[in-house]
Amino acid sequence: MSASSISGRVRAWAGVSDARLLLLVALGLYVLFLVAAPLQGYDLNGTFNSLRRITFLSALYGILVLALNLQWGYAGLFNIGVAGFMAVGVYTMGILSSAPTSTGAGLGLPLPVGIVGGLLAATLVGVLASLPALRLRGDYLAIVTLAAGEIIRLTIRSPVFQEVTVGGVTIGTGGPQGMQLPENPIRILFYEEPAAFASDPNAIGKAVFPFFEGFGIEDTVVVGWAYALVLILILGLVYWLLVRVGNSPFGRVLKAIREDELVASSLGKDTRWFKVKVFALGCALMGLGAILWRLSGGYTSSSSYMPIQTFYVFIALIIGGAGSNTGSVVGGAVFVALLFEGPLVIRRLISNLFEIGQVPRTFFDALGSLAGLDPGPLLAYVVTDVNISALRLVLLGVVLVYLIQRRPQGLLGHRKEVASSVDLSERSGTGGEK
Amino acid sequence: MATGESGQRVGRAVRENPLLVVLVVLAVVLAGDIVRKLLGGGLVVNDLVSLLWNGTILGLSVGLAGVGLAMTYSILRFANFAHGDLMTSGAFAGWIATFLVAGFGQFAFDALAHLGGPFALNTNDLGVSVTNTPLAIVLGLVVAAVFAALLALVLDRIVFKPMRDEGGIALLIASVGVALVLRYLIVFTLQAGRRGLTAGQKTPSIRLTFGGGTFTVNAHEVTLVVLAAGLMLGTHLLLKYTKLGKAMRAMADNEDLARVTGIPTERVVRATWLLGGGLTGAAGYLVALEQGTITTTLGWSLLLLIFAAVILGGIGSIYGAMLGGLVIGISSRLSLVWLPESFILVGAFSVMIVMLLLRPSGLLGGVTTA
Repeated sequence: MSASSISGRVRAWAGVSDARLLLLVALGLYVLFLVAAPLQGYDLNGTFNSLRRITFLSALYGILVLALNLQWGYAGLFNIGVAGFMAVGVYTMGILSSAPTSTGAGLGLPLPVGIVGGLLAATLVGVLASLPALRLRGDYLAIVTLAAGEIIRLTIRSPVFQEVTVGGVTIGTGGPQGMQLPENPIRILFYEEPAAFASDPNAIGKAVFPFFEGFGIEDTVVVGWAYALVLILILGLVYWLLVRVGNSPFGRVLKAIREDELVASSLGKDTRWFKVKVFALGCALMGLGAILWRLSGGYTSSSSYMPIQTFYVFIALIIGGAGSNTGSVVGGAVFVALLFEGPLVIRRLISNLFEIGQVPRTFFDALGSLAGLDPGPLLAYVVTDVNISALRLVLLGVVLVYLIQRRPQGLLGHRKEVASSVDLSERSGTGGEK
Repeated sequence: MATGESGQRVGRAVRENPLLVVLVVLAVVLAGDIVRKLLGGGLVVNDLVSLLWNGTILGLSVGLAGVGLAMTYSILRFANFAHGDLMTSGAFAGWIATFLVAGFGQFAFDALAHLGGPFALNTNDLGVSVTNTPLAIVLGLVVAAVFAALLALVLDRIVFKPMRDEGGIALLIASVGVALVLRYLIVFTLQAGRRGLTAGQKTPSIRLTFGGGTFTVNAHEVTLVVLAAGLMLGTHLLLKYTKLGKAMRAMADNEDLARVTGIPTERVVRATWLLGGGLTGAAGYLVALEQGTITTTLGWSLLLLIFAAVILGGIGSIYGAMLGGLVIGISSRLSLVWLPESFILVGAFSVMIVMLLLRPSGLLGGVTTA
């Protein structure tokens, strides 16, 4: 069997259903990272941890990209303040649920209250921010949402709100120092005292940890995997919710707004309300994604909500193809594994496989050695922490320009769900694009 | 009946735009509060003058950078998010030239070419200032402008030209990509971190003592103010009196009409990038001169303020950008009278959002003068 026919069969099989496609992407990325793990010098524990990391980040980016896809891909609302809405969710949750004694004091309410509060706050700010969306053209809205995101970040960072005492209760964002958050809720599953840093495992912990320790896998990796699996579950729920929304009459109006707002409003739909609702729902989901993200580390600071965070989500969405929920999830995973983690993997791979000599002082010294047919110094220069991070961002920029020029429809091709319930562009019985 | 008529007109304006009236009332109240503070001793005259002066400097920097952005906005019709990093690129190129000229023969080439960077380079020994090394400064300014202009042209050729028919959003996204590439290429090649540029004690300055304090004006601030004003005037003359300026205004007004009239639109686009890029590079160089330091985020951190200025003045109007820059600069500095320093930018961005909501055509009412 020739290679092309195999790839053709794979494509035909994957094209049948979105679930299979997602499975195939996940499998492909896992295999890639499994192969790369020993080359980076990882033992079993390190391998499991690197797989956990891409699972964790892919699930989070999946949620964030789905939320953005709802706003941009469905309703055509160009929101580049994603980071700001994420911050609103996380900080509200923190203020409600963090311990009163922690840096960035909170009220110490139960975590579910904090999470619901965070989602409500993100929704509310979303409603507020959507008001400009009712009046403004695309690029104006982009500038307004970017500014709104920055206003949120700068306010959180301001020392003024580091600690505020209202009516005898002290709360605060921690200002430039950042904010301690409640402990990772997944610890409840494994530990007697989840809040304590060094706690004895409970019955489940006692049953699970020794089994994995037998393979040399540390407890923290096991706990991290459990959290990542919960995130996958939540991603599944969000995906299901958004597919339902997209296929509902509400979703059809959204797609109609995206294609031609005038037509939608001529048909008697009050497009303004649809925009407000979809913007608010999207912002709530961004808040959810960010809350789940930061709960894992128990700490957050304003530097996590720079505009670059928004652009990460955008790049992931554009990779997957705006307008498709499945594409959003695929885009999130591909972005995390190849663009975000990929350069770091390559860096560790090079450091592990090659003898890295002294790092040259400047890029031009490295180039000079290259001219003398010695690529070693250039390699050494590239694989330093700072330089590989810079190169990663250059790569992201290039990918963004390339995609928007050559493949604006994303990796998966034309998967943008059409506004009509029947695909009008296909006439014969080949079925729709799905 | 003149008063009655104007009364009616005011009445209609109030009914049509109540929020604008609220803003005007707010401005009057704030101005009144400044007077009250001055009389009551809560604010000394000297501090007020120094806030106004700093506001003018910031305003002219932002305004000059805004002119280039307004040009590309009006002619190519997209919000160029790479504008800030174009500014940074010009500034770095210009300052490297300045360092090389000022320190030629006395300091190691590598150290000069990296503006210090990983090398030890004492800026006081190098002694760059507008009076001490005027030739190096002038040359650096020219290099900054030329480099940014050519870079803009190259970027247009590679990125934006193949996308001429695309919508504003696609171009905006591409420009975000360009911004990342430019900024992090500088980080990768020259390494990040703030670098000192000028020699503090070799920069002449005047100390004025009046109104309950001292107030210092240094030569670099004056240079920025004079050159920024001069460049803006030059741009104005160019747009007003040359054939190119006329063609640019025609294109900003109606591209199709311009094309059928026989205006070579592609050539005008190239001229726009050259001119806008040049002004932007010069703005970056002058901002770095005034601040005395340079970072790789020089332009990106100013970008939203530049957008605010351009929006305030009416997107696409270069006179608006100049005026908007001054308004944003002065009002954000003046807001220090009431706000803590960490809220200056919050104030400026809020003004921008309110402005976009109330009067998207800008202060000057949407005259797109190219």
